[in-house]
Amino acid sequence: MDFRLTEDQRALRGGVRDLLEGRFGREALRAAVDSGGALDRDLWRELGAAGFFALRLPEEEGGVGLGLPEAVLVFEEAGRVLLPGPLVATHMAAGSVPGAAEGAVVVTAVDEGLVPWLEQADVVLGDTTGAVPMRSVDPLTPLHRVPVPVSVPAPGEGEARLQAALLTAAEQVGSAGRTTETAVSYAREREQFGQVIGGFQAVKHLCAGMLVRTELARAAVRAASLTVDPVEIAGAKLLADEAATANARDCLQVHGGMGFTWEADVHLHLKRAWVRAGLRLPAARAEEAVAAGL
Amino acid sequence: MDLSCTDEEEEFRARLREWLTAALPGLPPRPDPMDWPARRAYDCGWQRRLHDAGYADVHWDASPTQRLIFLEETELAGAPYVGANFVGLLHAGPTIAAEGTAEQRARWLPPVLRGDDVWCQGFSEPGAGSDLASLRTRAVRDGDAYVVTGQKIWTSHAEVADWCELLVRTDPEAPSRHRGITWLAMPMDAPGITVRPLRTLAGSTEFAEVFLDEVRVPVENRVGEENDGWRVTMVTLSFERGTAFVGEVVACRRLLGELARAARKNGTWDDAVLRRRLGRLSAEFQALWRIVQANVSEAQATGGVPGAGGSVFKLHYSHARQELYEAAAAVLGPDSLDLGRDWTLDRLSSLSYTIAAGTSQIQRNIVAERILGLPKGR
Ligand SMILES: Cc1cc2nc3c(=O)[nH]c(=O)nc-3n(C[C@H](O)[C@H](O)[C@H](O)COP(=O)(O)OP(=O)(O)OC[C@H]3O[C@@H](n4cnc5c(N)ncnc54)[C@H](O)[C@@H]3O)c2cc1C
Repeated sequence: MDFRLTEDQRALRGGVRDLLEGRFGREALRAAVDSGGALDRDLWRELGAAGFFALRLPEEEGGVGLGLPEAVLVFEEAGRVLLPGPLVATHMAAGSVPGAAEGAVVVTAVDEGLVPWLEQADVVLGDTTGAVPMRSVDPLTPLHRVPVPVSVPAPGEGEARLQAALLTAAEQVGSAGRTTETAVSYAREREQFGQVIGGFQAVKHLCAGMLVRTELARAAVRAASLTVDPVEIAGAKLLADEAATANARDCLQVHGGMGFTWEADVHLHLKRAWVRAGLRLPAARAEEAVAAGL
Repeated sequence: MDLSCTDEEEEFRARLREWLTAALPGLPPRPDPMDWPARRAYDCGWQRRLHDAGYADVHWDASPTQRLIFLEETELAGAPYVGANFVGLLHAGPTIAAEGTAEQRARWLPPVLRGDDVWCQGFSEPGAGSDLASLRTRAVRDGDAYVVTGQKIWTSHAEVADWCELLVRTDPEAPSRHRGITWLAMPMDAPGITVRPLRTLAGSTEFAEVFLDEVRVPVENRVGEENDGWRVTMVTLSFERGTAFVGEVVACRRLLGELARAARKNGTWDDAVLRRRLGRLSAEFQALWRIVQANVSEAQATGGVPGAGGSVFKLHYSHARQELYEAAAAVLGPDSLDLGRDWTLDRLSSLSYTIAAGTSQIQRNIVAERILGLPKGR
């Protein structure tokens, strides 16, 4: 047993981090927000060329030939920088929708009564009858609402749906890690009462709590990528949703008034975390799934 | 990332399982939790069996992964916990193994492994709890002995212990409080020691006050250099915060399963709020188990003692375990007020988890300062 990342996995993570920080750093993020939610097709193709979508396709089919554990690491990085677009849906469609693997085609999917990126996508999986646009809470995730008849039972969690939930959870972990870092670095700089606020225990303890949530969720997500156990995946999504949303809120608190501004990135993390928490196995069903395993 | 065990580790697991299946039915009945001498005898008897079967030193010498397997399998099989041997096996023993001389190791370690000697930990004092370095119990050198005077408190198992790992102040003038502290092995039958049991809120006497009045402790009982006891102690404390609670996570997962069965039986399972609460707890314990595996992997690779990662674990574990008993109370309803139920006593015991071995506030300080690099404060 060795739960640490292998040399190759660390290299993969480092490579993806460099790529994303270079190609989707803070300026690009803010430009994307200002553009009002347009999807950057060039970036999408670059992601495709880097193997983001074809990561798990066999090498014979032009893929990278890696597995779910590696995909989880890559999606953690995407979550860190708030990379926009229907990443999970396109990644999941890489083997079945032509063009998805290369990043030439943008694929989205109906999920939990919502369709992200409906107008920007080339291919939509699922029934969009009656879809109406919403004013999405997240400036970087356009949403449509589709009616879900109350009488229809919740969909079963097939393998693909579970994997999609796990990749979404990985994005949440990335975001939770990022908001922890952001809160800590702000706490080490901002001074009040003649000292940095990170010296106040009330602030320190918020930050410590953020790290604990992140580590718990990260361990859960990575383990679930190895076991692919449905109950473990549901638990991982649950804890990752909690980590991303609660950490973003604590990060906001550490930033004081600055945290409430449009200019700070904190709200972007919180809003995306809310959207991801509402998609792909939301808390109520995840809790039921884990409870059913007891 | 790999969660699978090697063939060798699986073999270790299989042999252990086989042995447990054979050994457990022969155990005497569990002693009354209020009867400490009986508990000591029971815990030491179990340790003796482990010793004779070759598992005694699993806490020290086995690889971290084997140790994990050992704790997992013994707990799954419902084997006894270390109990009165906690300090000997998990605090004092590892400290002596790491810092003691060859003679000291030969003198103190085998009786711990055989289940002959029970140790207790005399660190906390009335005036020195979280701020352990402020301890004042005084030791003055007199020829070949230290003469020790002062008071210790919250000393678990003091009533039945043979030895005490004792922290004393040997140099009150030292420029820093952390210097000037020395680690001594004190025989509990030395003249001048008075043990006064303290009753816990659960009604039992888990710990005691220990009064020391000019107790003579031979200089040869000192582990490490004079005035270097703080560093020696830190070796022990990182053991305490590392993998010491592994078996308890396994236990929690079993308890949660029992709770779900009880809830299905008494109908509370139909309450979606309660059911979902149990689901969330289950996800948390599963993730805690994965954190344990991550910590063990780290320890195995670096060969070091588990560090601040143990604090991350302990913070969430102690909280989740308390929450488990709150959920249990919701499942049991009126029965949760009955001291005759194990759940009720365990709920009371669990209240100490956020205090003992470093309070949650202190753990958050450690995480914030040592992992996140935030400024140190008092
Ligand atoms: C069941 C049990 C068994 C124990 N067994 C042993 C044993 O065998 N041997 C032994 O030596 N000790 C033992 N202890 C003692 C234990 O280590 C101490 O209780 C613990 O370290 C806290 O010290 P204290 O009780 O003096 O509380 P205090 O340190 O007085 O703390 C009181 C409150 O103040 C908070 N606080 C203190 N300092 C800070 C700070 N810097 N920042 C924020 N908050 C702070 C604490 O978190 C706590 O909430 C045991 C305790 C228990 C409950």
